[in-house]
Amino acid sequence: MKLNLRIWRQKSADTPGAMTTYEVDGISSDMSFLEMLDTLNEDLILRGEEPVAFDHDCREGICGACSLVINGDAHGPERTTTCQLHMRSFRDGDTIDVEPWRAAAFPVVKDLVVDRSAFDRIIQAGGYISAPTGSAPDAHATPVPKPDADFAFEHAECIGCGACVAACPNGSAMLFTSAKVNHLNVLPQGAPERETRVLDMVRAMDDEGFGGCTLTGECATACPKGIPLPSIAAMNKEWLRATRKVRR
Amino acid sequence: MALGTRTDRQPSVIRLFWRSTVGKKTVMALSGLIMLGYLVAHMLGNLKIFFGADEFNGYAQWLRTMGEPVLHYSWALWLLRVLLLLAVVGHGVAAYQLSRRDIAARPDKYVHRRRRASYATRTMRWGGIILALFIVWHLLDLTTLTVNENAQSGRAYENVVATFSTWYGNVIYIVAMLAVGLHVRHGFWSAAQTLGMGNATRERILRTAADALALVLTAGFLSVPVAVMTGVVS
Repeated sequence: MKLNLRIWRQKSADTPGAMTTYEVDGISSDMSFLEMLDTLNEDLILRGEEPVAFDHDCREGICGACSLVINGDAHGPERTTTCQLHMRSFRDGDTIDVEPWRAAAFPVVKDLVVDRSAFDRIIQAGGYISAPTGSAPDAHATPVPKPDADFAFEHAECIGCGACVAACPNGSAMLFTSAKVNHLNVLPQGAPERETRVLDMVRAMDDEGFGGCTLTGECATACPKGIPLPSIAAMNKEWLRATRKVRR
Repeated sequence: MALGTRTDRQPSVIRLFWRSTVGKKTVMALSGLIMLGYLVAHMLGNLKIFFGADEFNGYAQWLRTMGEPVLHYSWALWLLRVLLLLAVVGHGVAAYQLSRRDIAARPDKYVHRRRRASYATRTMRWGGIILALFIVWHLLDLTTLTVNENAQSGRAYENVVATFSTWYGNVIYIVAMLAVGLHVRHGFWSAAQTLGMGNATRERILRTAADALALVLTAGFLSVPVAVMTGVVS
């Protein structure tokens, strides 16, 4: 396959960037999108040019590091992570636009790499449980009803990639935050901090400069892990409950 | 000496609501539902025009005498007006502040653009501005009668017919009612989500209810100008 790529190039956070056109040849349809970019970078290095910076880590679809907006879609046309997107989703001769996540809370570091530490600070605000540590408890020591376990697991699937923020026209982090809140709030282990968790995490989310939710549903459509849109309604319910119940 | 183990004081509930995007959305949802309830009542009241001038004008008079003798003449109406004013202001201020925030949260647009979300979702902000302007026009036209062609106090039926006998009266009204339909379609469903009513099983019911409300409201409101234009009401 031969492809025309238009890639966002930006030297650093405070220099202006622009879309730059590249041609790559000899792409196999079995390559992942990241392997295609590796091929381009090898060419660039041989030509003495600066390779394109992009985030990646596990390349198994489980770490949430890869973060590219491909032809206007977070993680590209398939509902998966960029590392699991294969070139068979494209056709020979295609022009592909590759851009970084766009949100005020995710400033561009270089080229396609953005700073997603805002998510870490939301997690630090309450995305944990205060449990006594020690040896692992017996699995049946704390019974959890099956529907609750399923609900928790569905939300625990969030890998924090930020596709929800990238897809949202308001740059809102509601789907990410709701996944983390719902995951812990439904479980008995998360119960002691149920109210403070949702209040603190929503406040941290607002403090980071993410936008509000207008329920366009773009986040849930872009999510590679299928966190559902009603997750946001579930967090709103938790938040409203917490405002009534929080101890003063 | 007391040990410093006390946790931080939580802010008051009102501050908590107004400071948070989720809280402001709750204000928008509740004020929106108040206005929606009013719209349904208003639309049903409008349909009385099909029973003739006496019944319609009698209904308009009843709106002023309702609540009597517990309440003084037109007090109930004024209480309703105050509630609606609070709802409109709360809804508008929260929408303005949230929109400013949303636009600031996404300063750079994607070079590769594609159409996103439904038409109703994308037109919430413009639709809201159109509706705010329409409310001003509508009050000047049929409440204060400042811009009405007929402008006879107590003759609501004749004033309505006068409005819909002008081309601009019809155009303004029809555009605004289509905006109401679109706004309610996304707004009602969104309010349900914001208030935490949405879940996977209720999704379809809420969507259908939003569509039905939007359709019934638009059709009900539009039936009046259409009736005047076709001569059914004159």
